[in-house]
Amino acid sequence: MFADYTWTELGSIFAMQGFAGLILFSVFVLMALGLAIIFGQMGVINMAHGEFMILGAYVTYLCSNFVEAHFPALFGIYFFFAMALAFVAAGALGALVEWSLIRHLYKRPLDTLLATWGLSLILQQAYRSIFGAREVGVSLPNWLLGSVPLTDIIEIPINGIFVMVLTFVIAIGVYFILFRSRMGMQTRAVVQNRVMAGAVGINTQKVDRNTFALGCGIAGIAGSAFTMIGSTGPTAGQLYIVDTFLIVVFGGAASLLGTIASSFAISQAQSTMEFFLSGSMAKVLTLLTVVGILMLRPQGLFSLKIRR
Amino acid sequence: MTSIKSFMSRQELIGILVIAAVLFIIMPLAMDIFRLNLFGKYLTYAFVAVGLVLCWGKCGILSLGQGVFFGLGGYCMAMYLKLEASTPEATAIQSTPGIPDFMDWNQITALPWFWEPFNSLTFTLLAIIIVPAVFAFIIGAAMFKRRVGGVYFAIITQAIAAILTILIIGQQGYTGGVNGITDLRTLKSWDIRTDEAKYILYYVNGALLIAVLLLSQIVLKSKLGRLLVAVRDQEDRVRFSGYDVSNIKIFVFCFAAVLSAIGGAMFTLQVGFMSPSFVGIVPSIEMVIFCAVGGRLSIFGAVYGTLLVNWAKTTFSETFPELWLFGLGALFIAVVLIFPNGVSGLYQSYLAPLVDRVVSTGKRKGRSDTAPPPSSGFGAETTAKPAE
Repeated sequence: MFADYTWTELGSIFAMQGFAGLILFSVFVLMALGLAIIFGQMGVINMAHGEFMILGAYVTYLCSNFVEAHFPALFGIYFFFAMALAFVAAGALGALVEWSLIRHLYKRPLDTLLATWGLSLILQQAYRSIFGAREVGVSLPNWLLGSVPLTDIIEIPINGIFVMVLTFVIAIGVYFILFRSRMGMQTRAVVQNRVMAGAVGINTQKVDRNTFALGCGIAGIAGSAFTMIGSTGPTAGQLYIVDTFLIVVFGGAASLLGTIASSFAISQAQSTMEFFLSGSMAKVLTLLTVVGILMLRPQGLFSLKIRR
Repeated sequence: MTSIKSFMSRQELIGILVIAAVLFIIMPLAMDIFRLNLFGKYLTYAFVAVGLVLCWGKCGILSLGQGVFFGLGGYCMAMYLKLEASTPEATAIQSTPGIPDFMDWNQITALPWFWEPFNSLTFTLLAIIIVPAVFAFIIGAAMFKRRVGGVYFAIITQAIAAILTILIIGQQGYTGGVNGITDLRTLKSWDIRTDEAKYILYYVNGALLIAVLLLSQIVLKSKLGRLLVAVRDQEDRVRFSGYDVSNIKIFVFCFAAVLSAIGGAMFTLQVGFMSPSFVGIVPSIEMVIFCAVGGRLSIFGAVYGTLLVNWAKTTFSETFPELWLFGLGALFIAVVLIFPNGVSGLYQSYLAPLVDRVVSTGKRKGRSDTAPPPSSGFGAETTAKPAE
């Protein structure tokens, strides 16, 4: 399949597809980070994660409409408010869900899977009733439009760069919250030994709720970023949920570095193959490879050595 | 009668007789052929639900990919029927007569090699059993031998369901794409679209379901069935006792896969088409809810649960399409939080003591009402904790 192209063309193709892969990588990382926190740290399967993401997207959409209508002067920077609001909204809903649903099911992980699937159906239908079944898009401020020409064939869209920078900042932020803050220390303590953590005075229930809310909040930011590169529909979240779960499992459930590495591998593989094969076959091959590797190495790429 | 008593208590015998009566007498009398055919379609999902009771309820393995096996069975059957419908005479207007119409639309000029064997009915019937069993064996052996279970298994089976759907939709020329394999007409030149054929297929389907229930009952009452429950509750102790846990799990997963495939094949026969919308993530997880609503521990409950949920789905989505997804979502949550043992759990706690009293006074007159409750019965073990 490479024979029809010259070397320079191949180089450009790989660069271009590599860049498209980087945007996919950013979306995957943002979604998977929240999931890795919830699944890796708490062992809860949140099938409604995609819907938390879509909540963030809809909050951004509402924000963009509101600012455009009432404060046109601020339109250039509305995105930052929107992101904060998306984080708060998704996080608050996450805390509510944890309180009403998840906390009863910590001992039954398979049942959380079913319950959160039910939640995702309810949320999807709620979005459909409120925002309509059609996809909506936000209007971007001018400074995010256009692209930077790198060579005469390769152009890099600015919104793509912005999403990547955002991903980088969020990933660093999550690292600091989990590994350099008091809350993160408590979270990790609860993960490693719940009973001992409780014995030294950590309020484990509160830690659970905060962790879940944090994961959902990051999903909200992911949704916010998602609006920059695509449109949002009620069922858009479900399209990504399987990929994201595979990413988290492939990376090694409890390892953030593993999550990032596997997002990178999967997004690049998929994006590069998409150019040479059809989109569906690229996805089939990527997912099959991941499932195959997981069957040979079930603990994922990076695994923590904890006795459970 | 001793042979029956060895694998079935009186309550279970009554349970299966009631199901047989409902399937063979009450429903055909109460419904016209259109509704009956619809319920026949629902009953094909019951095969999957019974498989899930064994696999998930009894052994604790949640597979979110049962649609894969349902689809494999259904597609095998559909391929045979499609080839029979695509005779050179019937497809004379195509540029290549004698191949299925969707292949012709996709500029395929010869029958692909994997379609060839499906000209034979014997091969097709064997394939319906063997293909899903082999596929399940490969997945099961790869996962269970490495002691992967629980949520990881659920996620990977779900991914497999997603992969197969994308593959079927993507390879339109070989599989019929998103529309699936449609326009199926005859089975050995017997028209399956007439009302008479629909009645016959409904009864065949019902008989197969009863046979599957009996077979599952035999498995459950055997030593293997007790081991299944033991694996669910204390996997390590089973392993320490010298059993190979992975083989037990592989067996039950393959068994559930074959049941699903039989359901899929009967689905194709009764509905007249097969499409990827019965393979993917959403249908697979809905099949789990059929099982959960019926009660994940009772094979009889699974049949009722399937009928109940599907009946509700048809009724509500006809009248209040908006509300149905809310209802289904709430059902998922309620069945997990409020009644984890489903309909059979409710039956077991409220109705079973009454039924039992009636049955035992009829059989043994003079015994007091305070006879000890039966140790096993319709959805026994409802007091056991839900599988993790």
